[in-house]
Amino acid sequence: MQHNVYLYILGMWLISYLIRVLPLTLIRRQITNRTIRSFLYYVPYVTLAVMTFPAILSATQSPVSGALALAAGLVLAWLGGSLFQVSVACCAVVFVAELAMRL
Amino acid sequence: MVTDRKQWFFKGIKAGIPIMLGYFAVSIALGISARNAGMTAPQATIASALIMASAGQYIGFTLIAAGASYLEVVVMEAIANARYLLMSCALSQKVDSDLPLRHRLLMGLWITDEIFGVSVSVEGRLNPWYNYGMAAVATPGWALGTLAGVVLGNVLPARVVSALSVGLFGMFMSIFVPPARKNRVIAALVVVSFAASYAFNAVAWFDGISSGMKIIILTVVISLGAALLFPVEEDAHAA
Repeated sequence: MQHNVYLYILGMWLISYLIRVLPLTLIRRQITNRTIRSFLYYVPYVTLAVMTFPAILSATQSPVSGALALAAGLVLAWLGGSLFQVSVACCAVVFVAELAMRL
Repeated sequence: MVTDRKQWFFKGIKAGIPIMLGYFAVSIALGISARNAGMTAPQATIASALIMASAGQYIGFTLIAAGASYLEVVVMEAIANARYLLMSCALSQKVDSDLPLRHRLLMGLWITDEIFGVSVSVEGRLNPWYNYGMAAVATPGWALGTLAGVVLGNVLPARVVSALSVGLFGMFMSIFVPPARKNRVIAALVVVSFAASYAFNAVAWFDGISSGMKIIILTVVISLGAALLFPVEEDAHAA
């Protein structure tokens, strides 16, 4: 059977949208359970940390430049760098590092 | 109220610019994978504009190339994107309880790792117009980067793509590091998350688990452990 690519895309979009929209529309009030509240409070930090490491090491051409970007980003963010500054600094560190490594 | 909306929308656009740049870079690779899967430029661009999910789309394209059934593609998409379910739960607590349904339906369209990360870092309640502002610039970045990937292929120097692709991680760090500086529990959680994520990816036994699933398992286990050991004070959640 010949598949239609647009039907695949529609299916992918629909399931992704349902996943994204259901909790937001169904949970209409503030949750009072302390454990659930605490869980949801910690979720963003944990999930962003999990997504950052070790993935950043394999995003670049060399794990070394990825590690340097990680170190630079952590230090700059700790010192109060803005979202934009930290983001651009990480890119710059990788660019310069890979230039130096002749990659 | 109207000026409030406008203000948040433009704030969102400003916050969305680094997201757009990062998306453009990352989605070039996605466009290349779409081309390899035999998809046309319009197909890949439409998929990106609608779905806005890196790992999810990558898996989807791979399955499309393999001629998988519609059901298989939908099931894999659900697994790869299930973390958005958690993010949506967290956002439901971040918005005003009175937020009308239409805003909830709209906001749901653009729950991505980055837009979510930036929107939860707002002080106090989240205004949906902040998300719309971010989406207004981030979505074109993602879609056009994909298009560039399909059309240009490997024309861009690898070093440029490599440098741009860490921009998104920089964004993540700027979101979780400042609270970690103020709160020791969050600082410890970041360290634990890094270590656990590294271990999970290093141990060959877990190779069969998709990267999206790994993120969910780690997020649920670590956050739940923290919630049980260090429950937050009543008003800490609103901050």
